[in-house]
Amino acid sequence: MSDETAASGQPAASEPAAGADATATPDAPAGAAAASETAGGAAAVVAGSGQAAGQRPRLGPLLIESILEGNSVVVTTLAIIVAIFVGGLLIAFTDPAVLHVWGSFFADGPGYSIGKAWDSAASAYIAMFEGSIFNPHTVAAVFQQQSIGTAFSDGTVSQVLNPLSETAVNATPLIFAGLSVALAFRAGLFNIGAQSQFIGGALLCTWLGFGVSLPPFIHVVVCVLGAMVGGAVTGWVVGALKATTGAHEVIVTIMLNYVMADFLSWILGTSAMQRPGRSDLVSPFIAGDAHLPLLLGSHLRVNAGFLLALACAAGVWWLLSRSTIGFEFRSVGANPSAARSAGMSVTRSWMLVMLIAGALAGLASSTVIQGTDFALTFQSYGTYGIDAITVALLGRARPGGVVLAALLFGALDAGGVAMQVSTSTPLSITTVIQALVVLFVAAPPLIRGLFRLHKATARGAGQSLAKGWNG
Amino acid sequence: MTALTRPAGVSLTVDRRMVAAATFVLFGLVDILGFGMYAAHGDAVFAFSQDFAKVAVPDLSLPAATTAYVCGAISLAAGVGRALRPAGAVARRVSIGVVLFTFVLALLCWAQAGQSIPFNVVNLLQGTLAASIPLILGALAGCLCERSGVINIAIEGQLLFGAFTGAIVASFFGALWLGLVLGSVAGGLLGAMLAVFAIRYLVDQVVLGVVLNVFAAGLTGFLYDRALTPYENSLNSPSTYLPVKIPLLGDIPILGPVLFDSTIFLYITYVLLIVVQVGLFSTRWGLRVRSVGEHPMAADTVGIRVLGTRYGAVILGGLIAGIGGAYLTLGSAGNFSPNISSGMGYIALAALIFGRWTPLGALAAALLFGFTSQLGSVLATTNVPIPSDILLMAPYVATIVAVAGLVGRVRAPAADGKPYIKA
Repeated sequence: MSDETAASGQPAASEPAAGADATATPDAPAGAAAASETAGGAAAVVAGSGQAAGQRPRLGPLLIESILEGNSVVVTTLAIIVAIFVGGLLIAFTDPAVLHVWGSFFADGPGYSIGKAWDSAASAYIAMFEGSIFNPHTVAAVFQQQSIGTAFSDGTVSQVLNPLSETAVNATPLIFAGLSVALAFRAGLFNIGAQSQFIGGALLCTWLGFGVSLPPFIHVVVCVLGAMVGGAVTGWVVGALKATTGAHEVIVTIMLNYVMADFLSWILGTSAMQRPGRSDLVSPFIAGDAHLPLLLGSHLRVNAGFLLALACAAGVWWLLSRSTIGFEFRSVGANPSAARSAGMSVTRSWMLVMLIAGALAGLASSTVIQGTDFALTFQSYGTYGIDAITVALLGRARPGGVVLAALLFGALDAGGVAMQVSTSTPLSITTVIQALVVLFVAAPPLIRGLFRLHKATARGAGQSLAKGWNG
Repeated sequence: MTALTRPAGVSLTVDRRMVAAATFVLFGLVDILGFGMYAAHGDAVFAFSQDFAKVAVPDLSLPAATTAYVCGAISLAAGVGRALRPAGAVARRVSIGVVLFTFVLALLCWAQAGQSIPFNVVNLLQGTLAASIPLILGALAGCLCERSGVINIAIEGQLLFGAFTGAIVASFFGALWLGLVLGSVAGGLLGAMLAVFAIRYLVDQVVLGVVLNVFAAGLTGFLYDRALTPYENSLNSPSTYLPVKIPLLGDIPILGPVLFDSTIFLYITYVLLIVVQVGLFSTRWGLRVRSVGEHPMAADTVGIRVLGTRYGAVILGGLIAGIGGAYLTLGSAGNFSPNISSGMGYIALAALIFGRWTPLGALAAALLFGFTSQLGSVLATTNVPIPSDILLMAPYVATIVAVAGLVGRVRAPAADGKPYIKA
């Protein structure tokens, strides 16, 4: 939780360290500077929320002031609102019915035209909300049942929870993949290769799922571990190449994405992985023993992968904020030269962080294969690689932020499917909204300008996250 | 300040020279143990002219296994030579070229040994250039941006915008040239977005580029679903540019059909390549762009408008990438489909880094990529005992090998990605 509250202070706080690649004196490790600044930033935030021990300012005015100041929570919220508004304009003004009405804007009266546009966007967003969070119609069905017992047994209660379940299911792989990218960011590496690591994990996970027979619980664990190992190896290759030859990780990860995708479609066509009797590129189903256990009964898809994802987020938080290795990662990310002067092995950190990042991306594949799909196809990797980057950016490369960002994106994805079904608005609008959210979150001056907020000390989401090629 | 006191690089665990030497030896061993020993008996025949060529070049017939052995020996010798003593810049480049050439020759000899139909080299090279056009233009766009100090990961998005707008405009107005022009403008528009967010709102440029790519993919995908699918005939059926053969030059054997018998896009690429190379390195404007990218404070001190120069370079880059995007629909595919750029913008980015932020280096990298991907797809249609999916990996593996084994650490313009805030 302190991770969240410190978010507004943190980006600004780590800035001196990141910007100090030239000015920092070599005998002062940048990480130490960052750490002390972090403490300062956190203290400032605590004081800002009115809990300082000394004088106790009145909560009301302070709250209004902090909102007007445009801190990161306010900016993020406003960014989401603006993105949804722009998305609404897009939905409305590409709707043939709306365009038809707007063709006679003055004849029918502006009110009618604007109302029509509003209806178009609103119906799409309502469908999205009902598909991702809560659908009132399902509650009515519960009350029509004779008793609460039958409501549970015939699945009408599940219907009420289904949107949330779908959101969690969609968010789970995004949490893992987002953590993978975020962790690499913190060590100064840009991991565009979550896709290749996903595929590496999925291959091993699927093979262990259908090729090996083990007792129920052990089979699940073995497959999850297999996904971790597959992803970790793929990720480690990137770190090792960078450490030994200096090959830039951006190039290597991009290229590995294609290599692994081609490898996947090759191996799915061979007898080793192709489902018997099928001519298309699909693996056999994994054994039922290897499925991740469902959390809320057989009607809902939400599974143990979601809990594992939350646990991993906590683990990454511990690793980054409380462990020696994490301190080394952050130091290397902030200033490799200073980290080396302080006696840390930069190359070892690169390899290790890519190993762990790869394992996390591999876990994303485990939740897809063992949680929802139960088989591997040539496009199981979807767009997780790029989505992971946007999730990590929106979450400011912090574990807690990544979880929230993944939940938001998972909700948009789950709702987008429902929206496409009921209003025939293309699902691709969710991609636009996701991109706009991250874009606006990354540009607080724009949002503050739009809403006439005061200048705050908090910096943009992107600040000091990813660094240039020379970093 | 940063340019002068940049921290010493992190020392790598392996000596660069030894990595290059080992890579050469590896290539040589594959030539001999892979291609030489497993080549079928007989000759490999190569053809150097297309049908109806005015001047026909005789076919070349090489003994397959022997050629592969010789190629391998040359690579091994280059590797040993490289390991024993340091080489100058020219010797390094020549040796890389020789090793790659002999590798490809050995590969082709192995694949073609005993085949009755000769392997047409001209077709291969023609396809190489066609495959390279969007990569070259994308890399040129990136080069302009990054030389001025703005990281451009949004090349992919600029290609997509150019492709989408080119298709829809050319289709709606029935004028290809208008599609080309407005496709370029659309790329420039995304470039302007990149410039405003990076320069005015100081958004982290790596973040920004990725987000703009997602935005472009989402927007073009959404509009495709909403407008282009229902109105396929009126909005998404532009014709494509036909090849124009340049008189005289187009009849030169081998080179003519490869270099001077193509669509207008190849000629535009030539012009832009020269313009960017000369513009960046031989004009006052280019000096300003580069100084703004290396040391903006110094440039500002002598009176160069840092932000204005950056805006100009980034938007110009967007215009160039937009042309590359228009090529995808108006020069190649003939209609727009979602994600038509399929990662070419990222490849162009890799070519730019690989080519060390120079137009000619990026050209070489883009050509290497275009060549390997073309070679892979040509070989996939022959009866080579390698699965086609593995052959399709070729350009990506080649890039990894080249970056890890031959190029190694690169240095970007010193102020690349660092916003300039006037003190």
